[in-house]
Amino acid sequence: MSISNIAIEPIIGRYLQLTIHDKRHRIYVEEAGEGIPLLCLHTAGSDTRQYRGLMNAAEVTKRFRVICFDLPWHGKSSPPAGWHEESYKLGSKEYTDIILAMTSALSLDRPVVMGCSIGGRIVLHLALHHAKHFRGLIGLQSGAHVDPYYDLDWLHRPDVHGGEVCAGIVSGLVGPSSPQAHRWETLWHYMQSGPGVFKGDLHFYTADGDIRKDLTRINTEECPLWLLTGEYDYSCTPDDTALLGKSIPGSKWQIMKGMGHFPMSEDPERFLSYLLPVLDEISETN
Amino acid sequence: MIDIQDSLTRLPERFNQKRVLVQHAKRLNTRFLLISGDASFRIEIHEGSVAAVQTGPFIMGEWDFCMQADEATWQTFWSPNPPPGFHDVMALSKARKLSIQGNIYPFMSNLLYFKELLSTVRARGANK
Repeated sequence: MSISNIAIEPIIGRYLQLTIHDKRHRIYVEEAGEGIPLLCLHTAGSDTRQYRGLMNAAEVTKRFRVICFDLPWHGKSSPPAGWHEESYKLGSKEYTDIILAMTSALSLDRPVVMGCSIGGRIVLHLALHHAKHFRGLIGLQSGAHVDPYYDLDWLHRPDVHGGEVCAGIVSGLVGPSSPQAHRWETLWHYMQSGPGVFKGDLHFYTADGDIRKDLTRINTEECPLWLLTGEYDYSCTPDDTALLGKSIPGSKWQIMKGMGHFPMSEDPERFLSYLLPVLDEISETN
Repeated sequence: MIDIQDSLTRLPERFNQKRVLVQHAKRLNTRFLLISGDASFRIEIHEGSVAAVQTGPFIMGEWDFCMQADEATWQTFWSPNPPPGFHDVMALSKARKLSIQGNIYPFMSNLLYFKELLSTVRARGANK
């Protein structure tokens, strides 16, 4: 047996239990680094592993305490007891509540929140309704609304392998030039998602989370907002983000060349080249 | 630009060597029609392998589902480094540049397989 190149990562994972609206949850949380709290939200149907590159990046963790958690039903977080008797559907209120609850449970002092896709949408809701709780918000692949472009029932039916169809649906959302290892790791996370979870998340993404009519009420003077979007994303498109940028005074937005819908996971190094200037800006003002 | 007819007729030799994909799709048997502008091609999959590619027109032909786009769309999709929006069939579908109709169960239940199959047509030098 030959073993070499052993590397123990600085990421520490723990489980946290809490009750929200009379439901007991067991939530998986991981973190790395010290400094300004940076709470990261994964995409629909995936989990915290999407932020593995960020949490291993010393240029981030020397200034930021990076915290990620798996939403209930996702990754290593359990669905609440009785899950087998309900259909999972993520709504704006539940999503907001879990973020505020985790912020409070972890005693995070006005964290920066960065979310991707559904996470990029919910940061808009946070900007609108809870700006004072956060020192900055970063939306990755943010759009105000996405109409479904395929029948979502394909994602959860017993005669189609859920993991494979979910990965098949999102595979084209990875930028074509993103490294193969990161591409397939990103898809693997989708293949491991629980039955119906991706579909349930898309209820928020395609219906309940529509924030188009409220965009102009977002006040970036209360909490600054940055938007970063990959140019190959056809789900939340660069045009969708450009529209946000034009509609929300004071927001700062940029299109990331060559990247797709999962910037932090599909090409962590290239993503950092776009994110670090934003983090520099946050560091300078905090 | 590729010669679409030539590229499609060479699909069996180019795709069937992808042993893991073919083996994984061993329960897949289907025929689908690919329409490029005025040209049409019927591609038959037998136990995961591309068994035949026939060139139309077809009189009273049979197939499970049909993928239709104009030739310029397919040419861009199959270019070595397709631009955003042309790099994936779901992107083309969302943009209404490609229609996928009929009994799409074989397609959706083997989505990664069909994406790889169609990518195999892509001109050399592609990123994926």
